[in-house]
Amino acid sequence: MHFPGDAGRPGILAIREVSFALADGEVVALIGPSGCGKSTLLNIGSGLYAPSEGAAFVDGERVTAPNQHVAFMLQKDLLLPWRTILDNVAFGLEIQRRPGAARIARAHELLASLQLDDFANHYPHQLSGGMRQRVALARTLAVDPSVLLLDEPFSAVDAQTRMVLQRDLARTLKQAGKTALLITHDLAEAVLMADRVLVMSPRPGHIIDEIRIEMPHRDDPIARRQQARLGEYAAMLMQRLHIGEAAAVEPAA
Amino acid sequence: MEAGRQKSMLRRGAAASAALLVVFLAAGEWGPGLLGIPPFIVPPLSTIAAEGLRMWNVSHLAFHTAVTFAEVVAGFALGSLLGAMIGYLLGMSPAAELALSPYILALQIAPKVAFAPLFILWMGFTVYPKILVAVLIVFFPVMVNVLTAVRTVDRDLVNLARAFTASRAQVFWKIEFPASMPAMFAGLRIGSTLAVVGVVVGELVGGNMGLGYLLSFGEGQGNTPMVFVAIFMLTVVGGVAYLAVVLAERRVLHYLPARGYQGF
Repeated sequence: MHFPGDAGRPGILAIREVSFALADGEVVALIGPSGCGKSTLLNIGSGLYAPSEGAAFVDGERVTAPNQHVAFMLQKDLLLPWRTILDNVAFGLEIQRRPGAARIARAHELLASLQLDDFANHYPHQLSGGMRQRVALARTLAVDPSVLLLDEPFSAVDAQTRMVLQRDLARTLKQAGKTALLITHDLAEAVLMADRVLVMSPRPGHIIDEIRIEMPHRDDPIARRQQARLGEYAAMLMQRLHIGEAAAVEPAA
Repeated sequence: MEAGRQKSMLRRGAAASAALLVVFLAAGEWGPGLLGIPPFIVPPLSTIAAEGLRMWNVSHLAFHTAVTFAEVVAGFALGSLLGAMIGYLLGMSPAAELALSPYILALQIAPKVAFAPLFILWMGFTVYPKILVAVLIVFFPVMVNVLTAVRTVDRDLVNLARAFTASRAQVFWKIEFPASMPAMFAGLRIGSTLAVVGVVVGELVGGNMGLGYLLSFGEGQGNTPMVFVAIFMLTVVGGVAYLAVVLAERRVLHYLPARGYQGF
């Protein structure tokens, strides 16, 4: 993926020769130094930007534009302040022109499953950061995508809220059998949530390693936290990313 | 605790405001006499009030106020509608904005009230040149605010809608339009007070209706109280227009977090 530069300035080669596949129902985490092009991959996957070379496929169909199979969730909750929580959850369904009664019912169902039903008629500013991020998760799930693209979804919430959110997400992904690509800079989060971890190099990013997480409880990150092998995997990832080695401590901004 | 402190602050502010009003009224009534200012320069308040009553009964003050008010409403409505529409169009088309920006800037710098004599040449001593000056003067603050708001909508919000397969129209109506509301109301507030300026300048330049006409009539007669009455009524007209915008804003932007005392 090459971003053209402005006149007189060279463009940026964000990622090159990146190739990977996600199996149905698989959760794959993607880690790498900041600026390595993780978010570029997500934009290509969701069809927001076309790659300069190569292609993305979902369910065998080439992604050329945003489509209903893929939904994304970012670090920012992106709730619309002028909509109630219920209407925020139903936003994607409304865009996709689903019937009104069906989208209200679906939104209520998701809010109930995330223990947010009491806040259906509140406005976003009345909720805490963790609750808002849960609403964003509900909005993402509401359109029933087959693939979820998650770009550091929990990096802006406090540590305890993050553990709860990780558990909620892991459980939901498992129950609904969703496929997910989780971009994160939190090595522990990658190990806790994923079946597989892909490691990217600094820019222009490409995949330098792939680690399969052989641990049970993919639907329960809190149980995974108790496991001794968590530390082993995290150490392995640190080593692959050369964290702590003098040559590579300066991330590409 | 916080609410209590807020309440006592409000009470003290209101009390100080009322005290200031009393001081102002007293100074207006007895100040000129005490300072030896002749009544044809600054008449005492009671003289102005008596003149107001006389104008109401004899000089059709209510009619002239209604004419000015109607011109303000028409000019404000048309000017803000036009300003918002052009603001959205230019906001969505950077190329058009680039092409038009030097002309828009030139028009914005030109003093709009200077067009009043020209419009009267074109349209005669009717209400239309007054409305047109108001349209022109209201147009810019609304357009600039809307344009900036559309330009600065969070790209991630737009991408969120696009990722849900939103059409261009859906992105506009569901993201850009509501997101621009706070800025648009800031422009409308400014526009509501400027509309009065535009209308009154138009009336001063020519015609035989409206508060601006009474203003220049009073001046010609050397009737200082009449001039003060006209200024007072113009302030009332502007105040009503401004208040209407503030009330509409409270309704539309009800979702914004309350900030306690919000001011005007």
